[in-house]
Amino acid sequence: MPQKTINGTTIDVNEEGFMTDHSQWNREVAAGLAAEEGITLAGEHWKVLEFIAADYGEKGVVPGMRRMNKVGGIATKDLYTLFPDGPIKKAAKIAGFPKPASCV
Amino acid sequence: MLMKKNLLILGAGTAGTMMANHLRKKMDLNQWSIKIVDQDPKHYYQPGFLFMPFGLYSDEDVVRPKRRLVGGRVEYIEAAVDRVDPDADRVLLQDGSVLDYDILIVATGTRPNPEETEGMTGSGWRKDVFEFYTYEGARALREQMAKWKGGKLVVHICEMPIKCPVAPLEFTFLADWWLGERGLRHVTEITYVTPLSGAFTKPTAAKILGHLLDEKKIHVVNDFNIARVDNEKKAIVSWDDREVPYDMLVTVPVNMGDPMVERSGFGDELNYVPTDKNTLQSKVKENIFVIGDATDAPTSKAGSVAHFEAEVLTENILRHIKGEPLKPDFDGHANCFIESGHGKGFLLDFNYDLEPVPGAFPVPGVGPFSLLGESQINHLGKLAFKWIYWHVLLKALPIPFIDHRMSYRGKKIPKELMKAKV
Repeated sequence: MPQKTINGTTIDVNEEGFMTDHSQWNREVAAGLAAEEGITLAGEHWKVLEFIAADYGEKGVVPGMRRMNKVGGIATKDLYTLFPDGPIKKAAKIAGFPKPASCV
Repeated sequence: MLMKKNLLILGAGTAGTMMANHLRKKMDLNQWSIKIVDQDPKHYYQPGFLFMPFGLYSDEDVVRPKRRLVGGRVEYIEAAVDRVDPDADRVLLQDGSVLDYDILIVATGTRPNPEETEGMTGSGWRKDVFEFYTYEGARALREQMAKWKGGKLVVHICEMPIKCPVAPLEFTFLADWWLGERGLRHVTEITYVTPLSGAFTKPTAAKILGHLLDEKKIHVVNDFNIARVDNEKKAIVSWDDREVPYDMLVTVPVNMGDPMVERSGFGDELNYVPTDKNTLQSKVKENIFVIGDATDAPTSKAGSVAHFEAEVLTENILRHIKGEPLKPDFDGHANCFIESGHGKGFLLDFNYDLEPVPGAFPVPGVGPFSLLGESQINHLGKLAFKWIYWHVLLKALPIPFIDHRMSYRGKKIPKELMKAKV
């Protein structure tokens, strides 16, 4: 399992760069992972990341787009502005959760 | 006289009809009365919708009266449900009447919601924008296909999960074959547009089916999350501003559970009922069970799944009545024929733990069906299935050799997938 050090914290990641141990995650790690995607985290980003964390805690899976809209109150358009090209995947990565499973 | 207890089934589609027919044979009907409620008098053989646009099935092939498919000693009620009141163990109908229950089975399915996507039901709806997941939709598409002279045909999926997730691929393969037969393939550009990163949801099958799309010269656009249909420009537009132009759009609209689930206050964001994926007991209340497309279980929304679930749920209803612990026996088993055109087909067999892999089915090493391989017999199996559906499946009679538990035998399982308990 590969490891990397981001803003002073060593994290375990999979081959696609998703964290495999959420206990290693902190806000500095998030900022570092976001920077790798060319994103500077601001308040609006944190609102999304915090919703993912809360919902993951409750459901055990990364919420999909519709759940972000309906339960999180975050519009799809805004998600694409905040996390361009695949917002759910990117936000999940920065929030330190697994890559969202494709549906069945 | 002793008051009978009530078992109430909401929905007389594939799953609800099978449950009624299982339970009327297994329950003590001196103590229990079984009622089933549905608002629509017609039962559709939904897999047949796929064949209608190509004139392969007629209207009559796919319709039967619902009431007749539910066997004797079950009370059939034609009515629309307003909502379930789990605290009072009762169901409120839209006509104001009330049905009390001791056990409730929710089998209200899922349906396409084209109005969920901006512009989809706009000026082009059923003129150059079509779907084939409803009887009306399949008929409208058949009329338009007959007039087709060539151009850009776009087959598109809005959002997962969808009912019968292989159907859009099958439609694409059949369109390729059908256009070829009519000498229109060379003037038709076929594009397959999907929100997924591959051709299918499961990696091994995605690779094989993706290769087939390639072979048939079908363009694929991946990771496309639709924002709107632009009826003026005749293009679908994604949230990241990509556009795919069409002359005919055949889309699979957003699928959602019955609005009744939302009115009852226990659905998720797509109106699916939170359900224990192994016992099929709802997470709403212990006397509410869920089957078929209405559940939020992470397996395909398909008739084969409902068939396998029905066997487990029947056993668990009987256990619930006796006060015994429920069996966590449903493994997510799904079994899907895929039409690939030219009289051939594929067969997929998978569950929660193992994605579709190559092999032979149902008899290991023998078949006659080949898993994840293209063959004529798979296609014939799909055609034979219509008879099996009406005469065996809905009547809750057993299908020889096919168990509700997926068999790991006869499958060539790649090493990296061995995590599944074999």
